[in-house]
Amino acid sequence: MKNTFYRNSIITMIVLCTLVCLSVHATAQPFTQAATTSSSKSQVATIQSDSSAPQLIQPEELARIVQSSKGDEPLILQVGFHVLYLQAHVPHAEYIGAASAAEGLRQLRRRVAALAHSQPIVLYCGCCPWSKCPNVNPAYKELRDMGFTNVRVLYIADNFGKDWADKGYPVAKGE
Amino acid sequence: MKTKVFAVVCLLALGAYLAARHWSRPAERTQRGIAATHSFAPELSLTDLSGKKLELSSYQGKIVILDFWATWCEPCRTEIPRFVDLQNKYRGQGLQIIGISLDDDPKPVQVFYQQFKMNYPVAVGNANLAERYGGILGLPVNFVIDRDGRIYAKHAGEVDISLIEQEINSLF
Repeated sequence: MKNTFYRNSIITMIVLCTLVCLSVHATAQPFTQAATTSSSKSQVATIQSDSSAPQLIQPEELARIVQSSKGDEPLILQVGFHVLYLQAHVPHAEYIGAASAAEGLRQLRRRVAALAHSQPIVLYCGCCPWSKCPNVNPAYKELRDMGFTNVRVLYIADNFGKDWADKGYPVAKGE
Repeated sequence: MKTKVFAVVCLLALGAYLAARHWSRPAERTQRGIAATHSFAPELSLTDLSGKKLELSSYQGKIVILDFWATWCEPCRTEIPRFVDLQNKYRGQGLQIIGISLDDDPKPVQVFYQQFKMNYPVAVGNANLAERYGGILGLPVNFVIDRDGRIYAKHAGEVDISLIEQEINSLF
């Protein structure tokens, strides 16, 4: 009788401890990552169903390229804002300026003028959530209109901090 | 006796389960990460759009919302009219909103300030200040600072204004 009681107590404890562990594990999944992953996937699907939409590169892929490159990485251009670039940017990325402004587009044209149209180029901004970024689409369109055929845009779902720096991908600072 | 022991064991296990659920809520951690430390907000010393010196320390004794924003940031443009209303509503109770624009150029900030009838001081910030606030690598970001100058909450991304209102009400 006594043994049965203790056995039941132990079983109850084990079941409840398992519940605790499962609960902690489930809720400890990066909330924002989980939330943005599902929204990111639907956004990517929407974006890629549009033929004029940018070709995308995901952060993990660019991070892998940057980390393993031996000088053969694509030309990476930041077409966002200077204050953000100064704080943190993708290593080797060059600052161009906001492509939502005429001066940014002029600077972009100047930078690529002498390049072969097959030059791999990655554009990124990361100032705002993807659908609200004022810079990446004008920059991508400009390069496509100039005849560049190998242009991709870094897909940043929310912002550069959350989708790049906070994930531990490499960053450089300053000019 | 056995029944009592069994009940206590069950209650303890249930308590542990509920505590684990509570403490592992990530959304709460995200919003309160800095608030938990109750660290003092880094000092800022800038010149606002009207040419006056803007220092955080001069607002000690008030509840401050420090809002990092920019004219090109769409969620910021949505939030700012709400901050204007909030400033009007709680000015008498000691709320002071401060806007720090991260625009590269002050000219559009001046235009925006007039256009949106902003009723609180705004200055153009820089990377150094942004880094002292933990790095502002996406906008908007705002901090709720208590009357002693300690950070009570940080919000990244467009925030539900009723949440900010709850927070400032808990600080009055």
